[in-house]
Amino acid sequence: APAMNCRAEVLEVSVEGRQVEEAMLAVLHTVLLHRSTGKFHYKKEGTYSIGTVGTQDVDCDFIDFAYVRVSSEELDRALRKAVGEFKDALRSSGSDGMGQISLEFYQKKKSRWPFSDECIPWELWTIKVNVVNLANEQERQICREKVGEKLCEKIINIVEVMNRHEYLPKMPTQSEVDNVFDTSLKDVQPYLYKISYQITDSLGTSVTTTMRRLIKDTLAL
Amino acid sequence: MKFRASPDNCRSDLNWWNPPSCGKLPYAMDTDLSSQDRKDLDKFIKFFALKTVQVIVQARLGEKICTRSSSSPTGSDWFNLAIKDIPEVTHEAKKALSGQLPAVGRSMCVEISLKTSEGDSMELEIWCLEMNEKCDKEIKVSYTVYNRLSLLLKSLLAITRVTPAYRLSRKQGHEYVILYRIYFGEVQLSGLGEGFQTVRVGTVGTPVGTITLSCAYRINLAFMSTRAGEDNGAAYPSVEDSQEVCTTSFSTSPPSQCVFTVTKAHFQTPPPVVTDTLKVPVMGLAVSHQLSSSRLSYQPAALGVGSADMGYPVLFAGGLNAAHPHQLIGPGKEGGVPPIPSQPAHGTQADQERMCTPLDGVHYSAATPSSSEDTETVSNSSEGKCGSPHDLLETIFIRKVGAFVNKPINQVTMANLDIPFAMFAPKNIELEDNDPMVNPPDSPETESPLQGSLHSEGSSGSSTGNTHDDFVMIDFKPAFSKDDILPMDLGTFYREFQNPPQLSSLSIDIGAQSMAEDLDSLPEKLAVHEKNVKEFDAFVETLQ
Repeated sequence: APAMNCRAEVLEVSVEGRQVEEAMLAVLHTVLLHRSTGKFHYKKEGTYSIGTVGTQDVDCDFIDFAYVRVSSEELDRALRKAVGEFKDALRSSGSDGMGQISLEFYQKKKSRWPFSDECIPWELWTIKVNVVNLANEQERQICREKVGEKLCEKIINIVEVMNRHEYLPKMPTQSEVDNVFDTSLKDVQPYLYKISYQITDSLGTSVTTTMRRLIKDTLAL
Repeated sequence: MKFRASPDNCRSDLNWWNPPSCGKLPYAMDTDLSSQDRKDLDKFIKFFALKTVQVIVQARLGEKICTRSSSSPTGSDWFNLAIKDIPEVTHEAKKALSGQLPAVGRSMCVEISLKTSEGDSMELEIWCLEMNEKCDKEIKVSYTVYNRLSLLLKSLLAITRVTPAYRLSRKQGHEYVILYRIYFGEVQLSGLGEGFQTVRVGTVGTPVGTITLSCAYRINLAFMSTRAGEDNGAAYPSVEDSQEVCTTSFSTSPPSQCVFTVTKAHFQTPPPVVTDTLKVPVMGLAVSHQLSSSRLSYQPAALGVGSADMGYPVLFAGGLNAAHPHQLIGPGKEGGVPPIPSQPAHGTQADQERMCTPLDGVHYSAATPSSSEDTETVSNSSEGKCGSPHDLLETIFIRKVGAFVNKPINQVTMANLDIPFAMFAPKNIELEDNDPMVNPPDSPETESPLQGSLHSEGSSGSSTGNTHDDFVMIDFKPAFSKDDILPMDLGTFYREFQNPPQLSSLSIDIGAQSMAEDLDSLPEKLAVHEKNVKEFDAFVETLQ
């Protein structure tokens, strides 16, 4: 089967430790706002109705910033869990506080037994995080504002990408809906997604960077 | 399988994707738009325009918006999004559109402006819904266009929170209100001042043209626009009049004649009126907070005195009793004045820290809308530093209360200067520059021990180099101390405690020096104490 092009976007932020969670949530929620629909209700004759997506404002505690998220406690909980794990991993890794969290949208392609289903990504958002340490309240205050400004830019970047109206999975039939959408939530229906993260090791190189270098070196011979 | 919305005027049917009826082809093979598609498209564009206005205006009300998701379509949610319809806003939008739709050369614009309590107004943003000639004949109206319009509304929800006016609108209340005006026709950007920036929200191609949604926003708040009224004296009466007029009619006149206060009060009570505050030479802080929405969004607490506690009427109201806002209201206009909530001087750690810090940026309160804001200023640090209304307050405050101030109280305050948007003026105020209280020396060695206890090294400066707007020098009063003029509360103490000066004994030079001195004087001190040993013993006895 021909490989599907996966759209990849990378965002970078430098934040203070206590801002990591809010900054990540702001970006992830903004992406998912655009990548969630109302619940589909299939009726006879192949018609379907779409539920309504509510939205709400979220104010950040540690950043001078506010964002809009989908009104879904389940979705919020899922994101908070992932971001919490990422934050803990960042903290305990002993690295210089660098890592990245990825949000990948994928489609499932059913394969015949004995092969397992394929997950084909069609959009990948990567947020690179650099955690800074600040010395005093003065710097923290400046950081609040600066990170707020940066996040405003990120939101504009995200919206720009969304507006390109590039590839989106086709609207599925009832039998295919679980290959395209996450239908497990009761109030909204995001596209199938998964969140992963990696922490840059203390040598300052991430795994992927190392691999790339090896390959480059190999090819150079 | 291809789906098509059933031909019906009922909005709920847009949630249903039905197979085609009447033997029609499932989708248009030719490039001409079928009449049904045309009808649908016009409907989509009309309701998209109305929803766009709702999103923008609601985002400038100054409150957090929250709508619920619903797994079953309710039948009234266009574009599958829960966006409430404020009736007055829909009414005004429909009036502006007058049955027309955005088309080439005919754009729908929502202008967001700011109006101070003194009658000055300034355009902040223009949101433009435009149509250009680039057509996408192949696109499916009832499906793709609809979904993309939905996506565009989501983008609008996101973008309305990241332009500078959002933060300003969250802080509206005493000093200013945010207004909107809808007009249809040519986009007018001249009121935004120099160097305005634009952000594109998105585009959606349709068979009749491409819909574009964008925002042009002012970045230079220091540039004043012309005053609304003819002169100071006339400003207030005219504002009152126009507000009354505009509750019933809304035209495409410039905002000075036609203002529409966007506050929660507008929807629940008669519109609030900006009244006598202008007559108060002190900036009318105690002015009716009716102008703000449900919560007391503006707090003069940046003076370093407690949080939103309005317990300092002497300072703020210049004689007027802040606890009784009714006095400030014209007859028959008060309608639904919410009582000033008493805001205890507690807060999260974050709040406390914000209060200690430079006042450049606009700060969000993490708490619910019922809590107070502490150190907000009107300027937006991201878009250009300029003065904050707190500068004026600080000025006034210092002159009234500061123990070390040697300038007379009736020194000119910015409020008296006849500059529009005095409170937004850049901080190049000579008064402040020369005032040691406002520009404390940077080194920890200060003239007096009390002064030194108020600021830590480098804390008086901010990243922008505006050193005189960051900290307010106030008398240091021990926690819980009583003071008639200025009761110090726990919050203030805590904030000061957050910025302790460097321990002088930790600095090498002074430390060593004083250490040496201490050591030298020790034998003398010991001798004295030994002499008084009997007294000490007696004292200890009394404690037993």
